[in-house]
Amino acid sequence: MLTAVLLFLPLAAALLLLLTKGATARALALGASIIEFGLAVYTAFAFKSSGAASFNLNYSWIPSAGINFHLGLDGLSLLLVLLTTFLVPLILLSAFKRDFENPSAFYALVLFMQTGLLGVFTSLDAFLFYFFWEVALIPIYFLAGAWGGERRVAITLKFFLYTVVGSLLMLAGFVYLYLQTGPAAGSLAQHSSELSAFYSLKLSAAEQSWLFWLIFAAFAVKMPIFPFHTWQPDTYTEAPAPATMLLSGIMLKMGIYGTMRWLLPVVPLGVSQWQKPVIILSIIGIIYGAIIAIRQRDVKRLIAYSSLSHVGLMAAGVFSLTQIGLQGAVVQMLAHGVNVVGMFFIADAIERRTGTRYIPDLGGLTRRTPVLTVCFLVMLLSTVALPLTGGFVGEFLLLAGVYQYNAWVGAVAGLTIIFSAVYLLRMFQRVMLGPDSSFSETITDLTGGELLILVPLIALVFWIGLFPNSFLHLSEPAVANILTLAGR
Amino acid sequence: MTSIILLSVFGILNLFLGFLRSNKVLLPGAMLLLLAVFGANYADWNVAHEPYFNHMLVVDNYTVAFTGIVLLTTIVLLPFSRSYVTAGEPNLAEYYALLLFALVGAIMMIGYDHLLMLFVGIEILSISMYVLAGSSKRDSRSNEAALKYFLMGAFATGILLFGIALLYGATGTFALSQLGAAVAAPANASLQPMLYIGILMMIIGIGFKVSAAPFHFWTPDVYEGTPTFFTAFMSTVVKTAGFAAFLKLLAVALPAAQGFWMPTIQAMCALTLLLGNVGAAAQTSTKRMLAYSSVSHAGYLLIGLVASKGILKGEAASAIFFYSLAYSIATVAAFGVLKLVSDHRQDDSYNGLNGLGRTNPLLAFVMTVAMLSLAGIPLTGGFFGKFFLLAAAVGQGYIGLVVFAVIMSMVGLYYYLRPLIAMYLRPAEADATPVPVDGIQSATLVVLALLTILLGVAPGFLSGLL
Repeated sequence: MLTAVLLFLPLAAALLLLLTKGATARALALGASIIEFGLAVYTAFAFKSSGAASFNLNYSWIPSAGINFHLGLDGLSLLLVLLTTFLVPLILLSAFKRDFENPSAFYALVLFMQTGLLGVFTSLDAFLFYFFWEVALIPIYFLAGAWGGERRVAITLKFFLYTVVGSLLMLAGFVYLYLQTGPAAGSLAQHSSELSAFYSLKLSAAEQSWLFWLIFAAFAVKMPIFPFHTWQPDTYTEAPAPATMLLSGIMLKMGIYGTMRWLLPVVPLGVSQWQKPVIILSIIGIIYGAIIAIRQRDVKRLIAYSSLSHVGLMAAGVFSLTQIGLQGAVVQMLAHGVNVVGMFFIADAIERRTGTRYIPDLGGLTRRTPVLTVCFLVMLLSTVALPLTGGFVGEFLLLAGVYQYNAWVGAVAGLTIIFSAVYLLRMFQRVMLGPDSSFSETITDLTGGELLILVPLIALVFWIGLFPNSFLHLSEPAVANILTLAGR
Repeated sequence: MTSIILLSVFGILNLFLGFLRSNKVLLPGAMLLLLAVFGANYADWNVAHEPYFNHMLVVDNYTVAFTGIVLLTTIVLLPFSRSYVTAGEPNLAEYYALLLFALVGAIMMIGYDHLLMLFVGIEILSISMYVLAGSSKRDSRSNEAALKYFLMGAFATGILLFGIALLYGATGTFALSQLGAAVAAPANASLQPMLYIGILMMIIGIGFKVSAAPFHFWTPDVYEGTPTFFTAFMSTVVKTAGFAAFLKLLAVALPAAQGFWMPTIQAMCALTLLLGNVGAAAQTSTKRMLAYSSVSHAGYLLIGLVASKGILKGEAASAIFFYSLAYSIATVAAFGVLKLVSDHRQDDSYNGLNGLGRTNPLLAFVMTVAMLSLAGIPLTGGFFGKFFLLAAAVGQGYIGLVVFAVIMSMVGLYYYLRPLIAMYLRPAEADATPVPVDGIQSATLVVLALLTILLGVAPGFLSGLL
């Protein structure tokens, strides 16, 4: 029941929002998202950590085909639900500052997307998972397309086609798996699309080898992994800031989560066959994203490439198939979600004040903006993975996992920390410090409303950095369970 | 059977009611009647009827299910005929009457149990449609469409009739049930070539009616010239009835000749998918895009015929039913919005939809749902339609065809997104005014959008029906 409320509350709020306008719409959107976060926190306290999913909700959805509406939460799902419900109110708050057309439709789409995201993180039936996977895509397409920058039409089309083609391939893979299953107990249908039915399949290595790529295509595009990334920098840059935050803060995690839940345990032989190529691609992504980020002169684009570089490390950690690597990916999903939302928010704050994101035009902003400078620095250092911050814990565990897989690969992956220090600190230096620009005297510091968004993010950065175990212990049995299944 | 009688009687009555010239009577009257017919049809569900007219017509669940689709489609389509009335169209009653006669033809095509009944049904439907295609008399494009449709259609009907004759010559019977046995155990082996040519000619004839490639070439021109209201009827009712007839022919009369028609249908299917989707992607007019898209949907439905493997019941038949329903609803919604917008803005290109999200949020929303459904995106009925069809085909081992269909549906995404881009991402003309929509039209559009979403979230109650 709790899961159903958790899933449908944002949807109900989104529908109500279509009838409201102005301040009421804001209050309704924010109120609903905060209640949603409260519910998620309550769920977390009621949660008993174990390998199996709790808070199960299982209805027959399409009886004749053996497809169920099956939701449930294990530690991994719970953490991502917490991340989603934590970030959405902040993203909504950041949207309130903006001046754009038809805001209540915008908030409604954000909440609609939240339902899709929560569905992805809690589905335990393959078709339900695919269903929510696409449901999350439709609103973000409109968010990025209708409120985006000048080149939005072509870019969002590219984004949409990339992701839908990826997910169609995944669907094809799921259909194949589904047809291999036997009937579920007490079901009239001949097959079952339950996750557990997929886990108990015994497929040959040859089948798993191509199934791996069918399913991984969707996740690789979503993360994105090099060379499936070409939609990402453009889309992140052209989308309005709140949509970019949704894309990078939460949607990217769908790919990592999907890999952990729907790939590693489902086609273990395929994974072990393709482990090395995928890790190499991830490492290439790390280096490639970082090198391009160094050359960027647009703040938003730079952060986009930085995100590409960081997600490469997460993918490498997941594919190291070690407990520590997967746990690192879990923490890093949270830390990266917080960091990247903070970074994009600050980039947007600067752009709103100066009207530009072009690095050479900026400089010497720090004098009038001490608070902004501090917040920027904290977010930036967490992204660089400085100890005490969330980014450090995540990247450390990830690198440890990759190192366990292969020391040389670990060493190359470790370059990510050096690279990100290079491009991020250079950007910070040229934007905030450096010679004065025309904005140095006129720029205003962060307002109370903006701090309301950044303070929770900064608090979480330090919380993850100082007490990572409060999150790690939740996901530990779930990760162990995934690894046992993946070791088949 | 009740539905055929009611529709015929009311069609004739309608001709006499023409003197009223009042939409106040005709439109609500026609809708109420169709609702009554829908009810009467529903009452036949799961009721065993003796075949009518010496085994020429059967009313079983198959007939009831597909008849339900064509009736529902017509009911939700009728509100969009209103502008003809306000424009002072003098022959309104005739159009309503022809529409009802066309429905009678469609129901006969669905329920036939005898090849002559199939032929009569197709003719009743087609002749009505030839007239309706040219109903916009002062528009030269409408005249061209009618002439083109008539010439091509007459030609195809001739081929179909020739096919029926050859089939009769080879087997000595017109009755579907006897044909099945006669094809399975031919009395005279030397007549086999005649049988195969007959089958091929029938496939060509019906393939023309459902606009399956390579017999689809008339579709874009005719659809474009025909008044949008009747285009919607053509691309939904005619197609649904055509596929119901097609499946019945293959599954009841010709299962034994599967070795012959299966490769033919497969080739047609692949070709239809290719030409329909690639053709649609190249269009700049929404109406022509929808015409090509209807060709591509014929391709998906052909997959259902392949997957049926000559069985009238089960997964594939249910999938064809579900797909036809989802497709009809979404198509009526799309054409309904397009008709309202293009009547107002005098433009059926993509640009005509520009900025509709601002001027008419409701129309834009309904169009969005319709496009997503036709593209097969989850949350809409179109997704489950495609899913059931492709799953049935995969279950029968037609992996190659399914992979091709999936690739083609990726092409489909591109052109179904273009109206959405126009509506939401492009600004309207500076002097654009909201498109006028009356209460019953917006109510119908909302119902269509909700039905599409309902089929997309709770398909269970209509899947696996047959």
